[in-house]
Amino acid sequence: MAEDQKKEVDGYSGVETTGHEWDGIKELDNPLPRWWLWIFYASIVWAAVYMVFMPAIPAPPGMDGHTPGLRNHSERANVHAAISELETSRGPMFTQLQQAADAGGPAAIESDPALLNFALAAGESAFGDNCATCHGAGGQGFVGYPNLNDDDWIWPSSFDDIRATIRHGIRWEDDPDSRFSQMPAYGRDGLLSRDEISAVADYVMALSDMIEPTPEGQGAGAEIFANQCSACHGVNGLGDQSIGAPNLADAIWLYGSEPDQVRNSIWRGPYGVMPAWNERLDETTITALAAYVYLRGERAGDSFADLRDEMAEELADAGR
Amino acid sequence: MELIRNKPEPKEAAAGVIEHDAVAVNDPARRELYHKREQIYPKLVQGKFRFAKWVFMILALGAYYLTPFIRWDRGEGAPDQAVLVDFANARFYFFFIELWPQEVYYITGLLILASLFLFLITALFGRVWCGYACPQTVWTDLFIAVERLFEGDRNKRMKLDKQPWSVDKAWRKVGKHSVWILIAGATGGAWILYFHDAFAVVNNFVTGEAALTSYVFFALLTFTTYTLAGTMREQVCTYMCPWPRIQGALTDADALNVTYRTDRGEPRGRHKKGESWEGRGDCIDCKACVAACPMGIDIREGAQLECIGCALCIDACDDIMGKIGRPKGLIAYDTDLNIERRVAGETPRFDLIRPRTILYTALIAAISGLMLFGLANRTELSLDSYRDRAPNYVILSDGSVRNGYTLTVVNKANESRVLSLALQGDPAFTMRVLGADAEALAVGPDETRDYRIFLNLPREAVDAASEPIAFVVTDPVTGEVAETPSVFQTGEMR
Repeated sequence: MAEDQKKEVDGYSGVETTGHEWDGIKELDNPLPRWWLWIFYASIVWAAVYMVFMPAIPAPPGMDGHTPGLRNHSERANVHAAISELETSRGPMFTQLQQAADAGGPAAIESDPALLNFALAAGESAFGDNCATCHGAGGQGFVGYPNLNDDDWIWPSSFDDIRATIRHGIRWEDDPDSRFSQMPAYGRDGLLSRDEISAVADYVMALSDMIEPTPEGQGAGAEIFANQCSACHGVNGLGDQSIGAPNLADAIWLYGSEPDQVRNSIWRGPYGVMPAWNERLDETTITALAAYVYLRGERAGDSFADLRDEMAEELADAGR
Repeated sequence: MELIRNKPEPKEAAAGVIEHDAVAVNDPARRELYHKREQIYPKLVQGKFRFAKWVFMILALGAYYLTPFIRWDRGEGAPDQAVLVDFANARFYFFFIELWPQEVYYITGLLILASLFLFLITALFGRVWCGYACPQTVWTDLFIAVERLFEGDRNKRMKLDKQPWSVDKAWRKVGKHSVWILIAGATGGAWILYFHDAFAVVNNFVTGEAALTSYVFFALLTFTTYTLAGTMREQVCTYMCPWPRIQGALTDADALNVTYRTDRGEPRGRHKKGESWEGRGDCIDCKACVAACPMGIDIREGAQLECIGCALCIDACDDIMGKIGRPKGLIAYDTDLNIERRVAGETPRFDLIRPRTILYTALIAAISGLMLFGLANRTELSLDSYRDRAPNYVILSDGSVRNGYTLTVVNKANESRVLSLALQGDPAFTMRVLGADAEALAVGPDETRDYRIFLNLPREAVDAASEPIAFVVTDPVTGEVAETPSVFQTGEMR
């Protein structure tokens, strides 16, 4: 038996063949390299040791899905530990920020460089996670979603007001404290005809020099504005933050400044909604967010207030 | 005495000179693809090159082991270690020089300079780096010295390895490996001293309180020193190191190399006492050069890849030449060109100044000049600005445009400063610094601080899509000025 199965030896290399042959090509039975074998054996030993110390063998339900291993290692537990460690390390800074904000408002934050940088960094991080979806990275805004960097605030813009807005949202119906106002859908609800909307749109756009005044605008448009719009947006169209009525006489247009966009806004009556965040975010995060938004934005009171006074004077001079 | 009597009489290559039973194990003629390594037993030689190597070894190892303990006063709060790579605080200290991570180009320059120096030295004197200064050579030399201490010189070592195990052999081997591990451990231990305060690390290391990375690198360098210098030796140079392969491009026929002067040595052969030296070469084929070679080659075969230019064969041969009364320098630093010249009856010469060496020298001068200039003009105050990209620009209600910037002020000095910030550009700009006064930007010692800047440009001043600006900070105390250019985006599509 053994004689018959004697291995064939390759004449050229002097190495036994495996006996496998493909189209006359035979495979030499060279031994595995020793370094390779040693790594292989070491891997087997490593696997055995690993199974003893680390979670490895699937177990029936009720045993937590797997054997825990002697080290009782758990990535999930590690993540929880790391997160709580991070929170502990950041805790004092957040407490300091909260106290400074409650006691002295943004001025107290601005006066402490470390606190300022912390507020901006923490705010930026929370903003990116929660707010950037609508307001854009850095709060640059989109059509219908306000730019938070400018000085045109639809709702009151003090630090505490911004905090309240973040807490309770805008037109968020589940929260009774939410900021609320509503512009009628003049076109959709049949309050104004298309021609009337067109005329009042002309009037509004002429307010901020977007177009030259038109006869329809200054005639029918002015009259409709006085009857329908001035109650909220003011006689001069300068708006009223306390009821969330935007300034129509400035360079900033939340729903777009093209004639079609302005007419569309009057037709449908914009109803922008922002969720209340007080259930989702804790108070310190809201404070950091408010600081971030407040400090990056411009304050009404410099350029905006000057403009308001200027325009009021102009209008008074014109005898209206 | 017994042993000697039983052995055949040693052969004499010349009167009073024993012919070594030495084989160049890495001789090209013996080369095969799957060649198992044969142990090399270099014989101790005496001579000027061996002496130079001892001196260099002591200096190099001394510098390596002791440098971390040199102190250098940098004032309050700064580390007082002369040479320190402080990864934790991202600083590199070298005596009076302190570098920040953004100045890594000095390290780049240093590495380029080191390469160019190697090129120049190689073009002039061949592989002197390999032969004298390479850590592989220095530590291998030291390990062979230890080996010699425990097991004796070449013949004794060869005999010992052939012997069956005995108590004598065991203690010699254990002793040798123990000392090797001690040296390797000291090598790994000294390495980690360059990365933390040396005295603190020594203390923490012993008490087990040092960082894990310290232990890991200690273990790593101990292991590599032990294996590379103890057991792998010449294989590192021949098989692992890329440098010998690059040599071919860096040397030329004019570069000095350890050369066997065939014009003087051939024809070689034994010399009997009283025989004339006329009509024969000076080489008596005693193989002293082969026995001394740590790379296992025969230098008489000419320049070879394995040769590290350590010149030990020169010492070995000079010793023999002295004994047989022939002039020294049968093996010497020389060129094949000179051999040809001597054969042709010309005067041998050595050309130091060649296009290649001129080029290398010029490059070294240029780069060192550049680095010195940079170092001399290195400022301790620098400024960077990062313009907001989201939003790119902000239109305010009166139509004016605002851009936001983050200004990063870097103070490399060891004192705090109060800087005044100015803007270069359209005078219509108004500038606001968040949480600070532009006339008094504070930055602490050795600190990098960010400031948020808002620039406003009135609508009537807007006349281009972007306007070039520059931020300038001035230290009113020292007069130092740092500037960074930027742009102001208006959003105008023109």
